[in-house]
Amino acid sequence: MIAEFGQITLILALLIAGAQSVLPMVGAARRDARLMAFADRAALAQFILVLSAFSALTLIFINSDFSVQLAAFNSHTDKPLLYKISGVWGNHEGSMLLWVLMLSVFGACVPVFGKTLPASLKARALAVQGMIGVGFLAFILFTSNPFLRLNPVPINGQGLNPLLQDPGLAFHPPFLYLGYVGFSMAFSFSVAALIEGRVDAVWARWLRPWVLIAWCFLTIGITMGSVWAYYELGWGGWWGWDPVENVAFLPWLVGTALLHSLMVLGKRHSMANWTILLGITAFSLSLIGTFVVRSGVLTSVHSFAVDPARGVFILVLLVIATGGALSLYAVRAHVLRGGPGFTLISKEGGLVLNNLLLIAATVTVFLGTFYPLIVETFSNDKISVGAPYFDATFAPIMVVLIGFMGVGPLMKWRQDSWANIRPLILKFGLLISVVGLLVYLYGRSVLGAISMGVAAYLAVSTCVVFGRKIGFGKPGMGQRFLAQPGAVYGFFIAHLGMAIAMAGITSMSVWAKEDVQLLKIGAHMSVGGYEFTLEKMTPGQEENYQFLKGDVRVTKNGKTVTVLHSARRFYPVRQMITSEAGIQVRPMRNLYVGIGDGDAEKGWVVRAYTHPMVCWIWLGALMMALAGFVSLWERKR
Amino acid sequence: MRMRAVLIFGLCLIASALAFAQTPSEADIEQRARHVGKSLRCVVCQNQSIDNSNAPLAADMRVLVRERIRSGDSDDEVIAYMRERYGDFVLLKPPLQANTVLLWVTPLGLLAVFLIWYVVQSRRPRKSVELVPLSEDEQQKLQDLMKKTELPS
Amino acid sequence: MKISLKALLPLFIFLALGIAFAVGLTKDPSILPSQLINRPFPQFELPDLFDETQILDNRDLQGQVTLVNIFGSWCVACGQEHGMLMKLAREKEIVLFGVDWKDTREKGMRWLERGGNPYTRVAFDEDSKLVIDLGVTGAPESFIVDKKGQIRYKHVGPITEDIWEHDLKPLVLELEQAP
Repeated sequence: MIAEFGQITLILALLIAGAQSVLPMVGAARRDARLMAFADRAALAQFILVLSAFSALTLIFINSDFSVQLAAFNSHTDKPLLYKISGVWGNHEGSMLLWVLMLSVFGACVPVFGKTLPASLKARALAVQGMIGVGFLAFILFTSNPFLRLNPVPINGQGLNPLLQDPGLAFHPPFLYLGYVGFSMAFSFSVAALIEGRVDAVWARWLRPWVLIAWCFLTIGITMGSVWAYYELGWGGWWGWDPVENVAFLPWLVGTALLHSLMVLGKRHSMANWTILLGITAFSLSLIGTFVVRSGVLTSVHSFAVDPARGVFILVLLVIATGGALSLYAVRAHVLRGGPGFTLISKEGGLVLNNLLLIAATVTVFLGTFYPLIVETFSNDKISVGAPYFDATFAPIMVVLIGFMGVGPLMKWRQDSWANIRPLILKFGLLISVVGLLVYLYGRSVLGAISMGVAAYLAVSTCVVFGRKIGFGKPGMGQRFLAQPGAVYGFFIAHLGMAIAMAGITSMSVWAKEDVQLLKIGAHMSVGGYEFTLEKMTPGQEENYQFLKGDVRVTKNGKTVTVLHSARRFYPVRQMITSEAGIQVRPMRNLYVGIGDGDAEKGWVVRAYTHPMVCWIWLGALMMALAGFVSLWERKR
Repeated sequence: MRMRAVLIFGLCLIASALAFAQTPSEADIEQRARHVGKSLRCVVCQNQSIDNSNAPLAADMRVLVRERIRSGDSDDEVIAYMRERYGDFVLLKPPLQANTVLLWVTPLGLLAVFLIWYVVQSRRPRKSVELVPLSEDEQQKLQDLMKKTELPS
Repeated sequence: MKISLKALLPLFIFLALGIAFAVGLTKDPSILPSQLINRPFPQFELPDLFDETQILDNRDLQGQVTLVNIFGSWCVACGQEHGMLMKLAREKEIVLFGVDWKDTREKGMRWLERGGNPYTRVAFDEDSKLVIDLGVTGAPESFIVDKKGQIRYKHVGPITEDIWEHDLKPLVLELEQAP
């Protein structure tokens, strides 16, 4: 019964989304207030319907109703409740439903929070939101129906992919999707603005919080994915330039550019066309991200061919959404009026450069991710693009970006001159040299020294900008500190977070130490000044898996630092083995052990690492996410 | 004097080459194998190097890399050996060749173009940087706009 | 209506990418280039699966057209293929040379006991020695080797009735004709 209920609510949602995408459009063209107002109600109704469908599917998973195919293939009665729930989106069909749920949440926010929006703009944006809904609901109903029944009903389910049975990954997709789908607001309002033929500061200020929210959730989602990969994949990396990671990173990069260009548009009325283009691009990349991962185009072409209908549907959706929006842009872009001109040596100019560099970074990641596919398309050659490529191309662009990131915020709006900032730049140069030299004396790495120097410079210059804003050292400073708008704190925290992340990334790539050895019980290896001794291996049994846990004692100069536990788990339902790393987390360095294959006779493959400052990377990323939320806070004047 | 410096330098080169030709120490082999392993793709994995991967084939490939190094191959020769068998697919850092020109040139090319554009544009004096007061027509439009945006509440 | 080239540029870039994806999807992904096509089968010396003391080498591939098949008892897709291989062996379509990869002897032998043994010879490649030389990325993979011991074709994934009839059989017949 529940499955049928869910099915019906989905069909109703599709019908309403269909009406939502047409009627308000007509209403806006004819200036018919009633038709335009329909959009509000439709958006709310769509949210309630999709929420019902999603709740129905969740109930099916909680009740282990294996007469529904999706639950039978992706759940199991032995699973803890948490993973029964996260199993809902741990598969293609359910994750698409979650995606649509997020879409309807954002859609419903427009009537709730957008009471002051111009009626026609709101109606048109909701209509576009409705069109996206139609595309995805149709995709779910026609190619990926989560409510299909299974006959005969199996006695038990096939279980959830063990890699997904982890609290970190269980809630990784919802955050990621909130980010992806949040950019649909930027898309819808960009398209609506193109139809309206007007982009102004009101538009920019309305859109900014939604882009911020999307960006924050995406930041959190990516960070969670990175943390998960670090402790679950067992090779001690925090970022592998894997296509799956890259496609989440792409909308983040463009979203970052969008946040900054919205500033120019909101404050100075310039860069309207460019901002619209970024809005369309951010969501298009989110679409590509969603599809590419789910369809497996990049990871293995085979899985895509399993269901050609899905692949074609996906491509058609992408072409209609992005192609349509860009065609509209081509026709209507000239209608949008540019703002006042500015010299490039100004805050606007700095933000233009920020955008250009972020686009260069985006293109690089995009090329690196999709190039193998492109080459395979035009020839039969198969090539790989891995971490060494990104280290050689993405990293330099980022260093240049961060170099300007320290100076840009110091500039004045409209017009500034090098003469004004030259004294500061000289001081910064000195700072980089001093920090660099100290780091070099300690760490003996030129690359690490430069990179740490630049990170320190970014931190200091961010503090200088913040200090100037609050008039540091002058009377009334405390008051001014409290009186700043959220965006100023946001800037301060985010840029400081970037500096901290950069310090972490640098020390991880320059000073991390690692070794892999075959260790028997009692044997030891030394890594980065620490002795790792494999003490014992103990087997055991949990609710849904068996495990073999290894105790590794870590000593330094004969004194025990800690005992790490790393385990290999065997999930009988899926016949899969996963590994759990043993980690001691400290602010300045982590100790990390992963135990792989082996037996008592030959010994076990033990990977041991010392990771200096790796936590700084995630701390910095979370500061950026926090900064986004802080920026949302607008002071009433 | 200069002659002698050159001579010493040459001798050093020869000496280091000789040292290289001798069977490398185990620690050396290990270090080089790790280095080479990072640039070879685990061909059965999604996007991992053989150094990172726990896959059985990656383990065998690691062993093979050590064997090749022990038998006197240089790092490049080991990589070439793998490439001969698996093609460009096995290289995580694609070589610069006809079908990867775009891949390698675009990122830094784009960076250079953007930076040059910025420098050139910012050096060019602009005439209308001072704010021109709004014309009557524009003033009117602005007022319309303000009205429109404030109306619905 | 005036449309500037600058405004059209994003659309063009997107369309170019869209076409690339579309063409990519229509390609048959199972055709992988092998580095070794038309080159001699790599030199190998491997023990026989059933008899450790017996060493198999390139001489076992000389003089007839052979289908070298990489398999393992751990490989799921190999099970799908096995029926087809048995049929080929029964109908004497081609000589099959098996390479049992990353397996244990007991498991490998039990696998062939249970499903039947279509191979005239089975080499035991525990450490991926031959498999790496062949540039194999997974099991099952099959190579067609001509009478002179040259690799002429590589197939990735299970051999089906269809693939045999359309891709492999014509080539095998042609190679049989050659001296």
